[in-house]
Amino acid sequence: MFLWVIQRDLLLAMRQRADVLTTLFFFIIVVSLFPLGVGPEMNMLRIMAPGVVWVAALLSSMLSLERMFFSDYLDGTLEQMLLSPQPLSLLVLGKALAHWLVTGLPLVLIAPVLGIQFNLPMDSLLVLTASLLLGTPVLSLIGAIGAALTLGLRGGGVLVSLLVLPLYIPVLIFGTGAVEASSVGLGASTHLSLLGALLLASLVLTPWAAAAALRISME
Amino acid sequence: MLKVSDLECMRGERSLFKDINFSLEAGELMQVNGPNGSGKTSLLRMLCGLAIPVHGEIRWCGNAIRSLDEEYHNAITYLGHLNGTKDNLTAIENLRISSALAGNEIDESEGYMALRHMGLGGCEILPVKVLSQGQRRRVALARLLVCRTVLWILDEPLVALDSAAVKLVQSLLVQHLDQGGMVVMATHQDINVAAVITKRLQLA
Amino acid sequence: MAINWFKYSSPASFYSLAGKMTPLFSITAFALFVAGLYIGFFVAPTDFQQSEAYRIIFIHVPAAWMSMFLYLIMASWAAIGLAFNTRLSSMIATAIAPTGAMFTFLALWTGALWGKPMWGTWWVWDARLTSELILLFLYIGFMALQAAIDDPRRADKAGAVIALVGVVNIPIIYFSVKWWNTLHQGATVSLTQSPKMAATMLTSMLIMGLACWMYSIAVVLMRTRTIILERERHTMWVSELQGTA
Repeated sequence: MFLWVIQRDLLLAMRQRADVLTTLFFFIIVVSLFPLGVGPEMNMLRIMAPGVVWVAALLSSMLSLERMFFSDYLDGTLEQMLLSPQPLSLLVLGKALAHWLVTGLPLVLIAPVLGIQFNLPMDSLLVLTASLLLGTPVLSLIGAIGAALTLGLRGGGVLVSLLVLPLYIPVLIFGTGAVEASSVGLGASTHLSLLGALLLASLVLTPWAAAAALRISME
Repeated sequence: MLKVSDLECMRGERSLFKDINFSLEAGELMQVNGPNGSGKTSLLRMLCGLAIPVHGEIRWCGNAIRSLDEEYHNAITYLGHLNGTKDNLTAIENLRISSALAGNEIDESEGYMALRHMGLGGCEILPVKVLSQGQRRRVALARLLVCRTVLWILDEPLVALDSAAVKLVQSLLVQHLDQGGMVVMATHQDINVAAVITKRLQLA
Repeated sequence: MAINWFKYSSPASFYSLAGKMTPLFSITAFALFVAGLYIGFFVAPTDFQQSEAYRIIFIHVPAAWMSMFLYLIMASWAAIGLAFNTRLSSMIATAIAPTGAMFTFLALWTGALWGKPMWGTWWVWDARLTSELILLFLYIGFMALQAAIDDPRRADKAGAVIALVGVVNIPIIYFSVKWWNTLHQGATVSLTQSPKMAATMLTSMLIMGLACWMYSIAVVLMRTRTIILERERHTMWVSELQGTA
């Protein structure tokens, strides 16, 4: 059941590959804009790199949030999901994971390449990728709440960013903190375990909140 | 089985309907009539538990549907005025996925049979976006063939259907009711379901 | 003393009760403000390190307190509204949000004014300032969400969800910001190492805190009354009210 939802969303994403690629290219473009904005000085770029990559990841994850429920809302599939005998929170979890697989995972995979552009050393590249791997699912999970709350509202896209971005801050801090800590030789394990804790907490709590939000929005 | 008492619905500040009372037993069909904007869809959404009435209660086998929740969902099939089909999926994928979502996993052959029965032979592996309105409605209606639920809640099931398909739906309803099922249906068209108990609810 | 509290949970009776109570709280708030500011500006001694500039804390600190208290109170009312489906609780939550945002903004603004003579800069990325800024974002998110939803019942419930999500997140955000701040030492100026506070300073600050409470209650009552009137404008008792007015 849970697998059906993920499978369905992946199938839909495969049929609309353009959407997936748009998010990915948005991420790449935003990251590439920074050197153009602040200058090509390599030392500075190396210091900025984790922050830049993470902020870009936040933005691109947020940009694709609106799609999480909207098309299902338009064609009536969401109503059917609400009437499913399965717990709605499980369905929401499935949808959030599918969203991550489609929008988050590609970012994680491309991030090392972008890190090289910023002259990051090997260790930092690894830590950056690991932090993204732990952190981006949290973005999709928290984002699900925002997407559910703003379903069908005018100006929903902008509103989602207002609601969701402040909640993304801890992920941003621990994600970039991990890379910085490792680059100054402090070891990234504390930050990464905090990110892991955030991931676990949001796996447990957010589907439930997002399900409540969906019920409210569909009433 | 299904019992509705003192139901009231507000849309904004306007009361759409109030004091709706009825009950439905096994083998009964209820037809909800009323002009546009009289609250037919709102009523059906309340019966599903999607919308919460401002006043009144809906009971299923003696229990309020709010408390039954997922157990109640096992007993109903709702077909809204939106088909609930995805444009980019094929007819067979749509049918199988929507059935699975409703807690009823069907295998491929069962799905093909249902689609053929609905007159969609040859369209099974076409994406739904290339089908006509009527054909899409048939894909959605095919769910009724494979579901095992007792109460069907149908919102304008006959819209966009040709006369052959209307006949098909009629026979489907008769069969379901003969087996002790229940149907609540909102429709403009008069539907001829002979030899079953039909109740009518007129919304002003 | 058997007061029937439930009587006041109906908007109609709350409306008249709030109408009677508002002047009381307004007057108390005004009196306390005058007293607190007088003690703060004229009685309290000059700080030997910060000279007169420190006096802004008599506004800054109570505002910062209120900004946090009000978020919690708002979230609690919203939660009660969501759990028990009581309309009035949700209306109060909606009424609290602008006041909370105002205090948050005031705390930030006075903080900046204070920072300029103290640290030589309007803004430092101090843990407290940053968390306060995020709190402002949370308030704005809550208000923007409610403003975007036309159906008041849905707005109430959606607002409750986001307020509760915010409450769960506030400790995490605060902790992470603090963590982030210690990682980036450097510009940090600790606010806590201020010398022992004179008793008059403390008195003034507490009086100002109380004044802010009274002010908040008065304003929230007034705003709730407006919201009640707006939402219940088609009911009998409101038209009767208009008839007598």
